[in-house]
Amino acid sequence: MITLTDVHKAFGSNKVLQGVNLHIARGESMVIIGGSGTGKSVALKSVLGLIKPDSGKIEVDGQDIAHAERDAFLARFGMLFQGGALFDSLPVWQNVAFRLMRGSLKRPNSEARDIAIEKLRRVGLKPEVANLFPSELSGGMQKRVGLARAIAAEPEIIFFDEPTTGLDPIMAGVINELIREIVVEMGATAMTITHDMTSVRAIADKVAMLHDGVIKWTGPVADMDDSGDPYLDQFIHGRAEGPIEAVR
Amino acid sequence: MINTLTSPLAALGRQILGMLSIVGQIAMFAFDTLTHLIRPPFYWREFGIQLVHIGWLSLPVVGLTTLFTGGALALQIYAGGARFNAESVVPSIVAIGMVRELGPVLAGLMVAARVASSIAAEIGTMKVTEQIDALVTLSTHPMKYLTLPRVLAATLAMPILVAVGDAIGIMGGYFVGISRLDFNSAAYLKNTVDFLELWDVTSGMIKGAAFGFIVATMGCFYGMNSGRGAQGVGSATKTAVVAASILILATNYLLTELFFSA
Repeated sequence: MITLTDVHKAFGSNKVLQGVNLHIARGESMVIIGGSGTGKSVALKSVLGLIKPDSGKIEVDGQDIAHAERDAFLARFGMLFQGGALFDSLPVWQNVAFRLMRGSLKRPNSEARDIAIEKLRRVGLKPEVANLFPSELSGGMQKRVGLARAIAAEPEIIFFDEPTTGLDPIMAGVINELIREIVVEMGATAMTITHDMTSVRAIADKVAMLHDGVIKWTGPVADMDDSGDPYLDQFIHGRAEGPIEAVR
Repeated sequence: MINTLTSPLAALGRQILGMLSIVGQIAMFAFDTLTHLIRPPFYWREFGIQLVHIGWLSLPVVGLTTLFTGGALALQIYAGGARFNAESVVPSIVAIGMVRELGPVLAGLMVAARVASSIAAEIGTMKVTEQIDALVTLSTHPMKYLTLPRVLAATLAMPILVAVGDAIGIMGGYFVGISRLDFNSAAYLKNTVDFLELWDVTSGMIKGAAFGFIVATMGCFYGMNSGRGAQGVGSATKTAVVAASILILATNYLLTELFFSA
């Protein structure tokens, strides 16, 4: 469904992606792991068109995203941002129903609000939260609202950018479970980037290890522990010694 | 030796090129904003909110600024006029000075301080917290949703702010004139009205529209191009206010040349 072929991206002299090749099948939950600054977010944002690759090809359902009609293309996606990226000036329900209140998916406000409250309930939040503003929510609640917004328009593809960063282990576990449940329930294709190994084991069908701008290893999550790949072994066991240089 | 002589020139050249590049980027940004006027959708609700934020909520600061300036202007003109027995020109000079120059410029500078900073800080924060990226993923163009409503609201609200500021400034001069300078109330008002022409007022309002466009465009441009973190947003905010203020003063001179040069 999503295919990245020889994707390169540099910011000045910093070559972030140096030939990324990756395929994510329909309905599959792919988790990309890798250290901080290895280009995971850049890869994800390149698929969404938020960052334009210098070279290479990114296809969704065989269509080159560079030639896709933007609105129709983006309508297929939902995204949970690392910090939630909720709009401060809007109450929670308008954040969740944002896509349903404008553009091609626009519907009456009352209907959009009902859908927003239903999605909030789906992520474990009470209807009373709907009228609060993002600044009145805890970090965990903001993540849930972000998740509700990502699934509000029932997208085919959902991206999760560091979904558990900044959360306590219990809340991180709750978010991981929610993501897994929702992805399975909706039959959506998911692409997650994280360096939280608990998230990887909870969310992933397949795992890809990004290092030095290329995918070093990819395979089913069940094979991750016996991969024999020195980069992956060092990363998942959190060892300071190995091929990945650890700055002390 | 040659290097020592040429390196300051090279640095100066780099500065000039950098400045020209920014000017070009701002011009393209402003043009891009205007093209969205004719490309739907238009977010009316955002436009309405910005009209209130930029226009209505700026009234107190503009009103107070022009009130005190009108009063001070009356005192100055009286004191200056007394040197050649021309104290009677106070009402007409206050009125003309206010509507042609001080009203639009002071309103522009005060709105630049209040609005350009707030727009740059808001959009800059949205950028560093990925809210702009979130807008894009939700199929909403940031230029349409954030920039155009602000620029349009500022451009339309400023002439009205200027007109209200003019009236309050003239009133400030009037209060000082009758209470401190012993002017007759009816004579002061008659003098004000007799010497004021419609073009004096409309030229000031046209200046106001230009200043409103500058203020919002600078706020949006520097917000959208904000650097990362608190320092990036702070720097964007400061630069937006400084750039807007300088451009207002430069544009004021150009428009004055255009409207009033013999």
